[in-house]
Amino acid sequence: MGYLGDSLLTAFELILNFDRDIRMTAWVSLYTSSCAIVIAALLGVPIGLWLGLNRFRGRQLLLALLNTLMALPTVVVGLLLFGLLSRQGPLGPLGLLFTPLAMIIGQTVLATPIVANLVLAAVTGADQRIIDTALTLGASRLQAAIQLLREIRFGVMAAVIAGFGRVIAEVGVAMMLGGNIRNSTRTMTTAIALETSKGEFAFGLALGILLLSIALLVNLFLNVLQQR
Amino acid sequence: MVNLLKLAIGLSLLILTPSTGFAGEHLRLATTTSTENSGLLAELLPPFEMANDCKVDVIAVGTGKAIKLGETGDVDVIMVHARNKEDQFVNAGYGVDRRDVMYNDFVILGPANDPAGIKGSKAAAETLSRIAANKSTFISRGDDSGTHSREKQLWQKAGIIPAGDWYLEAGRGMGEVIVMAGERQGYTMSDRGTYIAYSEKTPLKVVVEGDEGLFNPYGVIIVNPSRHAHIKFELAKKFLDYLTSHQAKVLITGLRKGGKQLFYVSE
Repeated sequence: MGYLGDSLLTAFELILNFDRDIRMTAWVSLYTSSCAIVIAALLGVPIGLWLGLNRFRGRQLLLALLNTLMALPTVVVGLLLFGLLSRQGPLGPLGLLFTPLAMIIGQTVLATPIVANLVLAAVTGADQRIIDTALTLGASRLQAAIQLLREIRFGVMAAVIAGFGRVIAEVGVAMMLGGNIRNSTRTMTTAIALETSKGEFAFGLALGILLLSIALLVNLFLNVLQQR
Repeated sequence: MVNLLKLAIGLSLLILTPSTGFAGEHLRLATTTSTENSGLLAELLPPFEMANDCKVDVIAVGTGKAIKLGETGDVDVIMVHARNKEDQFVNAGYGVDRRDVMYNDFVILGPANDPAGIKGSKAAAETLSRIAANKSTFISRGDDSGTHSREKQLWQKAGIIPAGDWYLEAGRGMGEVIVMAGERQGYTMSDRGTYIAYSEKTPLKVVVEGDEGLFNPYGVIIVNPSRHAHIKFELAKKFLDYLTSHQAKVLITGLRKGGKQLFYVSE
């Protein structure tokens, strides 16, 4: 297949022209993944903190469960949520299927275990004395936890970056829950899947290069935040 | 840390803003990948959308899945090409008002050297028998699509249950299956439209065409509103009227790929 060289050229043309359809897919990708990672962070960071700081019966089981959730195939998450959100399912009357919101929900489900697990790792690796010191200085448990968060912020940022990478690159959830509707729920990844199924390999790869460029920009931006 | 919070709040506000432009009502159409990939809908839908200030959301999946989406009421209209399944759909009460939209045909594709010696035959089922007898590689869609349904019917007509190392069930879309058949130098059955789109990229040639059994009609059906109250019945009815109108027929028959006509209509 001689499309490898072709695709680089096509990628340049894509970026230069940036026609409306491509703009929309890039926007939908960014929009859904950003919303999802924000919610996943709001959920995952407290979960990771709590699991890291508390000891209780059944904790090992919970940790094993969390690790397993990280191996969730995207298409399985898509299937489970499809069953929930379809008109036949319990949340059917909400009519969420094939909307960007459905994709955001799915991607949140994917990203939260990653964020939680990596925050947990960061907490476990942190110096226990930070919490102890804060508490002896009169901090409440919440304040002590926030102080710990400050210390491990690199780890937390890494957790968010990992979660973001997972959701912006996935196809299964976006395809099943979004339906790849043009100018509505078509993301860069589902667009690549579509072009590949049409045999447009060069175009598909070009979209892939574009996606990586956008992900690079986002990660550079997050890195800047991380350094502050 | 505070800046991160500001960022989070800013992004959360973004959640509340609608991300895509809305134009009135949305009509959900589940159709097959071959219909969507042919580029027909990109031509056909805009005049209808403008005239009715609506947007048609196209969900392109296999025929099997499109019909399931119709059964569960996740879409308002389905447009597929598996007449027996469409009839079952309507008879079971899942759909109303089925109409013919357009037709083309299926073709059997094969390698240029034609190992099973079927080139030029006009009897599709018989050529499948010869492929089976010769144990020539045959790639099936294997995905419950309209094309797959027709393929199964032809095997039935030939009185054969295809099985063995030579019969590969791909479970993928038409384009991917054409690529696979090209790589494995085997036979496959395809709709003419997708083949035309791939004719430059594939070494496969049309070996069998013109059999009645390869006739490929497309139908459109509204999902039954008595089963699902939220179905946009009025708009769907207008859509069906549009698809069978003269204006649509001109657009359908006007579609060309590589200079060849893809779809035909009955007058």
